[in-house]
Amino acid sequence: MREPYRLVRARPEPEFEISVDGSPVPAVPGQTVGAAMHGAGIRSWRTTRFGGRPRGLFCGIGVCFDCLVTVNGTPSLRACLTEARPGDRIDTGGAAGGPVGGR
Amino acid sequence: MTRTYDLAVVGAGPAGVAGALTASLAGLDVVLVDGAARPGGQYFRRPADGFHAGRAGALHRGLDRFTRQWEALRERADLLLRHRVWAVGRAGEAFTVRCLEGDREERPRTVTARGLLIATGAHDRPVPFPGWDLPGVLTAGGAQALLKGELVLAGRRVVVAGTGPFLLPVAAGLAAAGAEVTGVHEANGRFGPAAHPLLAAGKAGEALGYAAVLARHRVPYRGREAVVAAHGGTALTHVTVARLDRDWRPVSTRTVECDTLAYGYGFVPQLDLPVQLGCATRHDADGSPVVTVDAGMRTSVPGVYAAGETTGVGGAVLAEVEGRIAGRAAAADLGRPVPPDPVLSRRRDRLAAFARVLHDAYPVRPGWRGWLRDDTLVCRCEEVPLSAVREAQAMGATDARSVKLLARPGMGWCQGRMCGYAVACLVGENPAAPRRPIAQPVRLGDLAAPTRPPSGRSATPSEG
Repeated sequence: MREPYRLVRARPEPEFEISVDGSPVPAVPGQTVGAAMHGAGIRSWRTTRFGGRPRGLFCGIGVCFDCLVTVNGTPSLRACLTEARPGDRIDTGGAAGGPVGGR
Repeated sequence: MTRTYDLAVVGAGPAGVAGALTASLAGLDVVLVDGAARPGGQYFRRPADGFHAGRAGALHRGLDRFTRQWEALRERADLLLRHRVWAVGRAGEAFTVRCLEGDREERPRTVTARGLLIATGAHDRPVPFPGWDLPGVLTAGGAQALLKGELVLAGRRVVVAGTGPFLLPVAAGLAAAGAEVTGVHEANGRFGPAAHPLLAAGKAGEALGYAAVLARHRVPYRGREAVVAAHGGTALTHVTVARLDRDWRPVSTRTVECDTLAYGYGFVPQLDLPVQLGCATRHDADGSPVVTVDAGMRTSVPGVYAAGETTGVGGAVLAEVEGRIAGRAAAADLGRPVPPDPVLSRRRDRLAAFARVLHDAYPVRPGWRGWLRDDTLVCRCEEVPLSAVREAQAMGATDARSVKLLARPGMGWCQGRMCGYAVACLVGENPAAPRRPIAQPVRLGDLAAPTRPPSGRSATPSEG
């Protein structure tokens, strides 16, 4: 999934790691936790209150609140707006859907 | 004592940056505020510096021009990025812009200015359909934001659907960046190259550019088709694509395998702030509430200006022109010698007329309501199915507001931003202008806190 880099001739700085339920996920400096997770193939990271439905990115620009996530114990952050920092711990309570840790 | 600027501009997209630059060149003391980490708004969204993108312009038209404006503005105005505005109000003769700085350890900040230019843009307008809440279903703008801002492909095998010219750059960008785009399904008619509304809008080069990219990647562009259902267990695996009649009723269907759907049915202008101030609104050609403005982009509230999508969805070029007009008007109203610019006004009229042509060519037709089943969620946040909306109507709710009170669509986190249009359509109304006293989530402590000026250069009180 590195093709976009070619298109814009990106020479990204070294990736750092964040963890999703303990599994490492790479992020480029400046990337949001939502983009890092989606890019790693994780499509959902919470379930809804009533139906238990999986949710991840939908609007991608901070409007829909579907991508809410807990980072380092702080709940209800919009993953699509929250810039990743090295060592961030994302806790989905086991709701992460996708190849966590095994791309 | 807090510094009072001449003009505060909310929004660092093409309208806000052009407006701020024009006003500062005319001699105003300007501050520009935006929630994002980088300027550009949605259209000129760009990757973080950490990517060192040598050719970010490959994903945008006009990025170089925008960047030059931004660089010129840096030298003349205070620029507050990562400042999310949650409320605007009045303090005597001045306006207050209440912000939260930062993306997690938020700090409340307040900016004060004599004038206010609102250029808060728009977000996607999705319509609900069965399965639209499955992970892997994204708005077209969301897929575009992932690509432009994060250099992440929304998926490997992507279906693009909805209506409007925006689908073309989304599909072309995804294809050029390496996704397999199985098709672009335009619910309205597919216009041949000679009759395409983008030609009427004077954007022939742009339209042909997208067409060339789609052709190179063998991406079919099909008219009178829509994705009417999305399927999968915990994530999207396939969609149902329907051939539509003139009113968007499905005539026949087929299945397309995909891991991602990027879709959109137009845009919703973000009017939270102008409505907080009491600015008059009207309904635009696409049914969206927009801010009413005069020829100088003045709203009905003296000292408040609006530009870009908030005054009617029309794209980045129109937004920039409107920003410049607003910047001039703001300067003139504060006594700077700025004569009217008839050329700029004519340009705006022409571009706005083209925008109307596009709205007419890509309406949302009523048949989409027939795609919903009883258990289809209308409101994603509160998980309100169509049946609950119908029950509320059966109990006597005749308007969107009553339906909301009885069945709760629009009562959740997004405050109706995603479902407001659909709920209004389902009860047979034009969507009303949003009433959101708080435009961004804010902690109760911050709500009660005394106002503080922003940090950085602008934190220095002006004492002269």
